[in-house]
Amino acid sequence: MRGIFLDEMKKLNLRYITMGINVNEQIYLATKSYIEHDKQLAKEVIAGDEKINDEEVQLEKDSLQLMALKQPMASDFRMIISALKSSSDLERIGDHAASIAVETIRVKGNERVPKIEKLIAEMTDLVRNMMEKVLDAYAKDDIEIAKSAAKIDLEIDIKFVEARKEIIAEMAKETEVAVANASYLTVIRLLERIGDHIVNLAEWVVYRNTNKLVELNPGKLDRDVAEKVVDGEKLDQDEMKLVKEAEACAQPDENL
Amino acid sequence: MKSIIKTENLRLYYGKKEALHGISLEIPEKQITALIGPSGCGKSTFLRSLNRMNDLIDNVTITGTVKINDHDIYAPKTDIVKLRQDVGMVFQQPNPFSFSIYENVSFGLKLAGITDKEEIDARVEESLKQAAIWEVVKDRLNDNAQGLSGGQQQRICIARVLATRPEVILMDEPTSALDPISASQIEETMIKLSQDYTIVTVTHNMQQASRISDMTALFVAGKVVEYDETSTIFMNPKEQVTSDYINGIFG
Repeated sequence: MRGIFLDEMKKLNLRYITMGINVNEQIYLATKSYIEHDKQLAKEVIAGDEKINDEEVQLEKDSLQLMALKQPMASDFRMIISALKSSSDLERIGDHAASIAVETIRVKGNERVPKIEKLIAEMTDLVRNMMEKVLDAYAKDDIEIAKSAAKIDLEIDIKFVEARKEIIAEMAKETEVAVANASYLTVIRLLERIGDHIVNLAEWVVYRNTNKLVELNPGKLDRDVAEKVVDGEKLDQDEMKLVKEAEACAQPDENL
Repeated sequence: MKSIIKTENLRLYYGKKEALHGISLEIPEKQITALIGPSGCGKSTFLRSLNRMNDLIDNVTITGTVKINDHDIYAPKTDIVKLRQDVGMVFQQPNPFSFSIYENVSFGLKLAGITDKEEIDARVEESLKQAAIWEVVKDRLNDNAQGLSGGQQQRICIARVLATRPEVILMDEPTSALDPISASQIEETMIKLSQDYTIVTVTHNMQQASRISDMTALFVAGKVVEYDETSTIFMNPKEQVTSDYINGIFG
């Protein structure tokens, strides 16, 4: 009986990982379409979101059925709950990616600001790096990887504040790029939100392996630190530690 | 899905007391169908009527039909020995005969008139393998089967049924006398067997029904209240009574 149940759990895990990889691809393609002004690709991303939504529904169905029929306990129970809860975050990340693709279509033809688009590309790299790490943590049941993935969120927040300030400065001097700038603000906000959802994914990896419900996103502290870093203000010891850790964690992993 | 067992308006009386009030069910082949319900609801009586085990009880009257592969098993001239080879039964208490493992498993074959030693050997091995006990007993086939543990004895009983290559296996609370590990192993064996055999099982253990069965029928007071796919019965039953029963409100 155990063997048969484990097969079903493996299938559920595989479904989760597959959905995660697909969502990560959506983020990549959405931002690629945005930076390269590729309307056709943007349309494909928007269409692709349907598939992500279907995957979420299937994952939910599988999880609910396992819970209702197989009486999972302890680690099995946590595994199903974390897959179920994570699938909502993944689905929402997919929605945000689709929204970035919508921005591509909306802004196409308007004048752009390459400097800011470069920042958006960098932010995207951080988001994807974070996403890959969290999926790796899930697949390996490794809470250390999960925690280090969550720390990257501060780097994303710093990049967000930096980009926001640049955008506002551009807005003040150039009215011709107003449409693009408004869109940039939307896109960086979406990327920043994706980072927060990935932190949630990391929290579920921790729950799954330890039965502890943790908060890996320091919330306001993160935002305050990000503002200070961008403004060049002096950081206290704890804040400095957070920034150093985030930088270290954001180093790309060659094995991924 | 092809159904292999069809009962129509099956009524069974113990003396004047009506125990089954007209059961009409179609049981699909190569699936596990679980019969659940409170004590005395008629689920075991129904199970036993599928290979005429109730014939052994005095004062039983049966009306309606039970067809297996379109053959009415209550028709006159039904060969009961053949019927019970095609529709085997495993009971709550493991009940191997007090002789060797080999003789236990080959018993039904001898009853069926098979005398070829090689064929009997092959069938004994095949059945013990299907019952997932071959590795444990292959070097002591001549030991008394009653010397095995409860879970192992139950596997011998399953092998004994399999030896005659039945189409249907009836199981009456097959794991309720076993420890949780043995019970879980038997459940796994049942799932594997359902690829080749039709299994109808009675269980008091609703979790077991939800874990292993494809179809579930809820019996209450000699009637089938609801019969549907197991996932429907346990996740979205149509009848309030079913919901109440599986939530432990009665029974």
